[in-house]
Amino acid sequence: MTQDENKEGIKGMANPGRYGIERIAYLLMRLTGLGLLGYFIAHVYETSNILRGRMGWDDFLAMTQTTEGHIFLVLVIGMCVFHTGNGIRIMLGHGGVGVGKPARPDYPYDPASQNYRHKIGIYSSIVLAAVAMMYGMAVMFGE
Amino acid sequence: MKESTIMKIHYGTALASVGLVAVHILMRLTTGFADSLSYENVLANYQSVPYVVMLELILILLAVHGFNGLRVILLELKQGRVYEKAVSYGVVIGMIALIGYGSRTIIMTNMGMV
Amino acid sequence: MAQVSSVADEQPPNPLSTTKSILLRISRFNPEFDDSNKFMEFTVSYEKWTTVLEAILDVKKHHDHSVAVRYSCRQATCGSCGMLINGKPRLACFTKISELDSNVVTVEPMNNFPVIRDLAVKFERLFDTHQKIKPYLINDDSELDSELDSNKKEFLQTPKEVENFIQFANCIKCGLCNSACPTMTTDSSFVGPQALAQAYRYVADSRDKGKDTRLDIIDESHGIWRCHFAGSCSQVCPKGVDPAMGIQFLRGYLLGFRS
Repeated sequence: MTQDENKEGIKGMANPGRYGIERIAYLLMRLTGLGLLGYFIAHVYETSNILRGRMGWDDFLAMTQTTEGHIFLVLVIGMCVFHTGNGIRIMLGHGGVGVGKPARPDYPYDPASQNYRHKIGIYSSIVLAAVAMMYGMAVMFGE
Repeated sequence: MKESTIMKIHYGTALASVGLVAVHILMRLTTGFADSLSYENVLANYQSVPYVVMLELILILLAVHGFNGLRVILLELKQGRVYEKAVSYGVVIGMIALIGYGSRTIIMTNMGMV
Repeated sequence: MAQVSSVADEQPPNPLSTTKSILLRISRFNPEFDDSNKFMEFTVSYEKWTTVLEAILDVKKHHDHSVAVRYSCRQATCGSCGMLINGKPRLACFTKISELDSNVVTVEPMNNFPVIRDLAVKFERLFDTHQKIKPYLINDDSELDSELDSNKKEFLQTPKEVENFIQFANCIKCGLCNSACPTMTTDSSFVGPQALAQAYRYVADSRDKGKDTRLDIIDESHGIWRCHFAGSCSQVCPKGVDPAMGIQFLRGYLLGFRS
């Protein structure tokens, strides 16, 4: 970014360290969204190997049903669960649910929209993602 | 198209795909994860019309949701009339291409053309 | 360049004094001569009530009068002294050094605003986006022309109707929210949380009839939809405006949750 505009640039967007869990959730939402889009495109390509018959399908399975492939899939599970859970929280917020009510502000001017409901929503998404990842690992590595 | 209409579609595709993707994932757990990915099992899944309809829906919903999300991120990164038009048309082309490629797989497999 | 100064030179040292000192790093940048900013360091004494603005003014008084800083009321009313203090946008007059819990205080101009010099930034973009959302009551003037019906001479509001918007009317246009917003770090066309919160202030005002006009203005690709509820604007607002709340309520009108 030019000095003229003094914009922080991507560094500012990707630095969540100053503003609490909501900013971290914003960054994770972007990262998981891009990650899932990349996985989705690869998944559509990967599953098209069924058209190559049994040999083509088994060749591709041999590539993905490996330890690295399973670890990658566990990450995708985590991204998917977090993106879904946090997405639902955000959609509720966008509809005005759980953001508090307007009132005359008084010192110390704590913002009502940054309340425990949305913080719990974010932490729940993270915890659910972790649980889903552990379940995924149990399923894939347990066989 | 108004931005509010695009965002309503973005939210709608997200909510609609949650349940469908959950069903899609749960199908892999019905007969054991590794067995469910065997060639015969996958082919058998593709013969089921409801399953194929579900796959097609997931493909369309997630392609729209994902590429619109990408459009939003790209529009925020850089501005300018030419760039914004290029991004808008680019994601639509990407969306159509992905839906086309995925639909080809679904339709051909369902018709037994493997 | 570390230099020693005292905040209260005029008084003799008090054996019971709690004076401590910190290293104040001030960003210096003159766009006419410099390619990038550099930091100058000063050791400044402070008491538990000393604000960052007082420390900066002490540096101006005793060490380097050329430090450019904007300030006025010194009581968090005018919104002039917004700057980055230890990486976070704050009002310098409203931030005590003691509450920063650090021996080093770094002050920089607010990001996402063009720099005039040192700590002073240009506010043109904030004023432009603020004007764009029509920050005034839009009403049918013919209602005010009637002299026969005295009720029509004033717009009456219940306390409840005032509660709906008064918090958003507290905005002092300090720009801290625009500085903290993650979308504004990269999007030059985004209207910003300040303008959106003010749009809601007027939409929520029962005296206003311009809701549809304002919703049309913000319903564009760099309008309200580029807010992602990161909440940083509300975290830094010094007057409790809570722009994030206003923006989500405003979005409710466009999504059909509110009418």
